[in-house]
Amino acid sequence: MGVEGIGARVVRKEDKRFITGKGRYVDDIKLLGMTHAHFVRSPHAHAKVKGIDSSAALKMPGVVAVLTGQQIVDDKVGNLICGWAITSKDGSPMKMGAWPAMAPETVRFVGQAVAVVIADSKNLARDAAEAVVVDYEELPAVADMQAAIKSGAPQLHPEASGNQVYDWVIGDEGATDAAFAKAANVVKLDVTNNRLAPNAMEPRAAIADYDAAEEHFTLYTTSQNPHVARLVLSAFYNIAPEHKLRVIAPDVGGGFGSKIFIYPEEMVALWASKKIGRPVKWTGDRTEAFLTDAHGRDHVTHAELAFDANNKITGLKVKTYANFGAYMSLFSSSVPTYLYATLLSGQYNIPAIHAEVIGVYTNTTPVDAYRGAGRPEASYLIERLMETAARQLKVDPAQLRRTNFITQFPHQTPVIMAYDTGDFNASLDAAMKAIDYAGFPARKAKAKSDGKLRGIGVSCYIEACGIAPSKAVGSLGAGVGLWESAEVRVNPVGTIEILTGSHSHGQGHETTFCQLVAERLGVPISQVSIVHGDTDKVQFGMGTYGSRSAAVGLTAILKAMEKMESKAKKIAAHALEASEADIVIENGEFKVTGTDKAIALPMVALAAYTAHNLPDGMEPGLKESAFYDPTNFTFPAGTYICELEVDPGTGKTSFVNFVAADDFGRLINPMIVEGQVHGGLVQGIGQALLEHAIYDASGQPVTASFMDYAMPRADDVPSFNLSHTTTLCPGNPLGIKGCGEAGAIGASAAVINAITDAIGKNNLEMPATPDRVWRTIHAA
Amino acid sequence: MYQTKYHRASSVDEAVSLFAKGSEAKFLAGGQTLLPVMKQRLASPSDVIDLGKIKELQGVELSGDTLTIKAATTYYDIMTNADVKKAIPAIAHLTSVLGDPAVRYRGTIGGSIANNDPAADFPAALLALGATVKTNKRSIAAQDFFQGLFSTALEDGEIITAVSFPVPAKAGYEKMRHPASRFALTGVFVAQTKSGEVRVAATGASQSGVMRVPAIEAALKANWSPSAIDSVSISANGLLADIHGTAEYRANLVKVMAQRAVAAAS
Repeated sequence: MGVEGIGARVVRKEDKRFITGKGRYVDDIKLLGMTHAHFVRSPHAHAKVKGIDSSAALKMPGVVAVLTGQQIVDDKVGNLICGWAITSKDGSPMKMGAWPAMAPETVRFVGQAVAVVIADSKNLARDAAEAVVVDYEELPAVADMQAAIKSGAPQLHPEASGNQVYDWVIGDEGATDAAFAKAANVVKLDVTNNRLAPNAMEPRAAIADYDAAEEHFTLYTTSQNPHVARLVLSAFYNIAPEHKLRVIAPDVGGGFGSKIFIYPEEMVALWASKKIGRPVKWTGDRTEAFLTDAHGRDHVTHAELAFDANNKITGLKVKTYANFGAYMSLFSSSVPTYLYATLLSGQYNIPAIHAEVIGVYTNTTPVDAYRGAGRPEASYLIERLMETAARQLKVDPAQLRRTNFITQFPHQTPVIMAYDTGDFNASLDAAMKAIDYAGFPARKAKAKSDGKLRGIGVSCYIEACGIAPSKAVGSLGAGVGLWESAEVRVNPVGTIEILTGSHSHGQGHETTFCQLVAERLGVPISQVSIVHGDTDKVQFGMGTYGSRSAAVGLTAILKAMEKMESKAKKIAAHALEASEADIVIENGEFKVTGTDKAIALPMVALAAYTAHNLPDGMEPGLKESAFYDPTNFTFPAGTYICELEVDPGTGKTSFVNFVAADDFGRLINPMIVEGQVHGGLVQGIGQALLEHAIYDASGQPVTASFMDYAMPRADDVPSFNLSHTTTLCPGNPLGIKGCGEAGAIGASAAVINAITDAIGKNNLEMPATPDRVWRTIHAA
Repeated sequence: MYQTKYHRASSVDEAVSLFAKGSEAKFLAGGQTLLPVMKQRLASPSDVIDLGKIKELQGVELSGDTLTIKAATTYYDIMTNADVKKAIPAIAHLTSVLGDPAVRYRGTIGGSIANNDPAADFPAALLALGATVKTNKRSIAAQDFFQGLFSTALEDGEIITAVSFPVPAKAGYEKMRHPASRFALTGVFVAQTKSGEVRVAATGASQSGVMRVPAIEAALKANWSPSAIDSVSISANGLLADIHGTAEYRANLVKVMAQRAVAAAS
């Protein structure tokens, strides 16, 4: 490892501009003649749109146009799509209700757009939007999943009778039933996984700029995957063919999944820009973010775990209801199925698993992937079940896990996944040592004498990252491939540009990706720049989500680097009159091994471009590209243990210690990895203690601002005690597993297991607010 | 935010005359409630008259057994003021747990009590300490000043100039923070006057705003100690209930926060 190579704690290159306020976000971009859009949104959870009167708005100062849902339908802009086809157990395809970008006839959640006002300024657009008169006929609404599936419930879509999206199953039902029939003990648990609002720091935004002469669109947008946005906008929404649509995702202030999806607002901006002949900007405010960014989680599950007389798990049965909200968002269908039920085996050897997932429409904001996407729900369920089992079977919860750990790899679970490697005992050992697990009873007794209820909670999570390979996900219904692309451009003076199809919106790619180049070539990272987020610069890519950028994206860069190095070595060998096989790369030089003969990288690069003295038949230039399609998912795993105290008078939780022992395979930049784990843990703790997106029975959101929706703050969380155990991922040459979501996946179960341990009552839903904990303590 | 006209008044008299000229004028103190409400377009004053730079509304005075805090003094200035810390440390503590640093640098005591948010911290201090609200027209006893949710005895155009607190023998304030807003989910201010009278006020608990808690007052009058409250039962009737706290939970908090305030009182 060099000072800036793999494994070095290099300070983030991108932070200079972020910390000094010089980041360039969509809202910072101003185009000549730019107009501003403000959406007219439904105040009702379910209503017919009987008419829209724009006459008063159109007379207001600065108003350019008022456009409605009927117009966007008349112009044949396509309905929003869902990119993963799921088949129900009866063989029928998922039931997808039509979702036009603005509602022409029916609104199905509070915040759904029915019209847009375009004006010379943001404030003028907002003023005029208040003058647009929409005639709604209110319809009965249903926000609660259990209510929505009852007969007689208000129906959202004619395509989906009973508000059911699908009824999907996985696993062997017969084998699972047989395991339960023979079980020595059965542990049952009902669990709710609370709905979350993603709340990226930067709200979504878009600027659409139509060039009539070229019939060409440029879209600046807050996207985690600009190429996928261009693909969907071109192929499904009839906006423009791909070569006439450039999508730019500049600096993006956090996504957490919510910026994967193509939303109505950017579709409308593109369409409107062509209609009015001027650029159109839309920047959402925080209220719009709460109302329209795809929410996360929202499962209700009943699960049962069967044990033999030796406390070995023999079977798992799961039935989950997953709330989709009012429409199927872009990847919503895959989240409670292939990203959830395939992880239900956890870290355990479970011979038989059967899971059924019922997708349900409700009059609420659509639900889709949010940091972890399905895997937090699976991990929370299995880890709550294990804790419940330990209490019921009266065994130590850590020991019960150890008894059931998978220890042989590769391991084929009964739910598709084939775990490639891991050492679950190692991470459990590391976490138990870090928190002094053995000393806990004494600490609990001491806390009791101080009037505090102390608890400890274990969570052994596993996740599947770098979703792949394309052929496998395609066979399961995915509409896209899940490879990544890269291009390495060595400039004539030896500086290097790396083009990647992944996208950084906080992950630090501009630093970590350069570290790979520094490692291989021995050049300082200041000589390397990362290019991403522009479909005119990078040919294609799948973007950043699911902790895939290092495992998949960086491997693609490695493949391109290898090709480039191979050519550069030929050039160097030719110049040094040596054999190519004798050339080694060190400290930015190509050396003839065992001699003092060397040629510096800039001279090799210059030779490639002057082409005065290249080997016979070699093409000029030094630029290579690669596409990399992994052979399997990666499987980051680890153990989180949380020790906390509950104040019996108020129900308030205070952390004593939180230890995380993660196995992410090889770490490129440990400092950035720690930052990722910190952020993920805080989101997991946020879900466990604070966050909950709530609707009343009529579908009105109750938590549409930070006055009501509790985000975790620095003083809500402890200082984390992090460590790593390492098994290298065999699926990619760098041995990387991914670290972006682990904290959010593993933390919440550790917290709830600890609180329920502290209060001595097992049933406690998230978020464990002081009120809820106090009521649970004092319940009869 | 809708268009509005901003004025920076340099004296109370100027503020009053500016207010009279505006069709729907509003006074701006620290802006910690008015500005967010305006940004949400839930308020649309024709004129906003900023009281924040008026010199006569700034500062703290300790005179004998009376601590006077001028209306436009920020929470931060109150929290760090030596006279406040010496005379009524419970007020310094209250300001230290009020909102977050950004709120404390901008928000003012006058703005807080004029708004009378049912979960604001300061109304509990005024009520428990038997404070007097001074305006440009008169003096109003705290118990007459607070008149229910967001409602006070202030007349249209009347400006709070200061709040006078009799220095107590002992006082304490403890609150359970609202997890999202950091207002008081419930906060209790306890005070024992130099003549031995006990007053207890709770904020964030009642549907009708800040309230006295006679049962706890009686218990503490008999025995000023946290354990004196053990046997007191607080009814959940008439208490607030929302997603962050049931009425029963708030009733419990009134008791628990009162006990902790007594324990912390000095």
